[in-house]
Amino acid sequence: MVAIRPRAERRNDSNGGVAFEADVLVLGGGPAGTWAAISAAERGARVVLADKGFCGTSGATAPSGTGVWYVDPAPAQREAAMASREAAGGYLQSRHWMARVLDETYAQSNRLAEWGYPYPAGDDGQPRRNSLQGPEYMRLMRKRTKSAGVTILDHSPALELLVDDSGAVAGASGVRRQHEDSWTVRAGAVVVATGGCAFLSKTLGSNGLTGDGYLMAAEAGAEFSGMEFSNAYAISAAFGSVTKTLFFGWATFTYEDGSVVPGAASKGGRKAIARALSQGPVYAQLDKADEQVRATMRASQPNFFLPYDRTGIDPFTERFPITLRLEGTIRGTGGLRITDDSCATTVPGLFAAGDAATRELICGGFTGGGSHNAAWAISSGSFAGRGAADYALQTKRAPDTSVRRAGTAGLQAAPQRALDPAQLARAVQDEAYPYEINYFRNADRLTASLGRLDQLWRDVTDADAAAWPDLIRTREGAAMLATARWMYRSALARTESRGMHWREDHPQPDARQRHYVTSGGLDEVWTAARPHDEGALVEAAE
Amino acid sequence: MIEIIDPERCTACNICVTACPTNVFDKTEGLPVIARQADCQTCFLCELYCPEDALFVSPFAEQPQGIDVVAARQSGLLGSYRRAVGWTEETEHLREADRSFRLFGQ
Repeated sequence: MVAIRPRAERRNDSNGGVAFEADVLVLGGGPAGTWAAISAAERGARVVLADKGFCGTSGATAPSGTGVWYVDPAPAQREAAMASREAAGGYLQSRHWMARVLDETYAQSNRLAEWGYPYPAGDDGQPRRNSLQGPEYMRLMRKRTKSAGVTILDHSPALELLVDDSGAVAGASGVRRQHEDSWTVRAGAVVVATGGCAFLSKTLGSNGLTGDGYLMAAEAGAEFSGMEFSNAYAISAAFGSVTKTLFFGWATFTYEDGSVVPGAASKGGRKAIARALSQGPVYAQLDKADEQVRATMRASQPNFFLPYDRTGIDPFTERFPITLRLEGTIRGTGGLRITDDSCATTVPGLFAAGDAATRELICGGFTGGGSHNAAWAISSGSFAGRGAADYALQTKRAPDTSVRRAGTAGLQAAPQRALDPAQLARAVQDEAYPYEINYFRNADRLTASLGRLDQLWRDVTDADAAAWPDLIRTREGAAMLATARWMYRSALARTESRGMHWREDHPQPDARQRHYVTSGGLDEVWTAARPHDEGALVEAAE
Repeated sequence: MIEIIDPERCTACNICVTACPTNVFDKTEGLPVIARQADCQTCFLCELYCPEDALFVSPFAEQPQGIDVVAARQSGLLGSYRRAVGWTEETEHLREADRSFRLFGQ
């Protein structure tokens, strides 16, 4: 039976673009965004999903393969799954959240099977649902999003949120880059699922992931949590884009002269690789993979082999130069702060899901491979979609309510000439990429970098509004800049080492700092400590 | 990054223009063109979505290589990724080939 679902209504737009009236607007069409859109539609909401690129190929998941934290509901297995990464994450996880994410991921993954996802079977004939192929998964998610009655706007980056007189979020607007016109969606609630920020580092599938949703949310007053957990770097061929942490677990890492880099490893030895790369080239060879592992790798992740097959390198028998690409908050765990089980943010009407939201609740300050991240996208997307739908259907704002545009940097007239977006991006990358600032952190270098970043922010706010076609790039640059400032202020505030956050000048964990670092603000960036778990649970119950 | 639209294979269906997540291609009166090569994120997804195997993405993410269309055709690489993930009729069985579960926890 096919349910007839209410669709968002298209309205005439006096500005010549397109306008829609909806209950829920989802920004971003990766896993979190599509799960949010489907879940909101299933609650009876009229939903629009706006993607910067193409829903189905956008985001870090689509071109990759990812593990999924799919765990059998047997209590012993669940307990082991929750306990396994608590130490690595610095004991900042919440058991309440881990349990509900495991439940939701299990249920939704089983729905993927019903929808036709071609899960493989193990030797016992039983399905194996702890891995997803990105192209296949996201093609299916696009189809399910459409069949749920969601209106998809492709190639439609959002530029700013709309906010009503009470400060509640009431929609968003952006541009349709293939039509060179604008879109506006008035909505009762907005889900930010725009992913993390990798600073255009060319780590696989990340060039649309520039922190746009962070900036828009912050302009409406949203807060962040865990932005110090933002210094993940991934291994790829020096010339290529394909990263795959898991496979480099079978690698030996060598210097130019062929000698082994001491302590270098994909897991637990990446800092040694970074140190060696600061001195000169580093090479990898997947020589620890036996014949069976090699065959399994090839069958499981065809994308991993593209850089090698197409350059005539046999990665198992020949060594090749590697690099580390910054993954920022994509594999970091910081993001928009979530205040309750519906993935609400601190701003009414604004919800967050996927990498755009903090993953500390299930990962603490560290995440290895995609497993937890993929589970978080599925479950937080589903929670946020339902939460946004329920909120919008309960509050029912009148369609003629007056709203204002919340956007700032790059969107407002100002006396100075508009900035060159390419220059802006490079200036931010110069602060975010270097290992000696972001990976090996200390107070002096973070403070100096923040001085330069704060000056850059003043330059951005003094500059005139960007014009087409620089508008999108300018907003991306401003978002990356704002992201770097929340990251480094938070990193400065956490005077210890915990999770992936590592301070040279405070190399040990400090038991008194087993708390969350909240941050926010644009012209003035602030941080505050928030107690872990006990405190958070009290707050959620209020 | 994207290097080639093979004019002998391309039917101007413009799926690549739509499917590219970073908006690298432009529609024209004739065949689509690579209008913003520097914006390519080397994700190889346009190759998967091209039904004619007319596209070739070089694995070099930072620099264009200037690959020759005839050389690309002769290399047998056009469509190789689409075949490998099982998105062609002859290779459909490979959609279920993922055995990552054997690698987890090793």
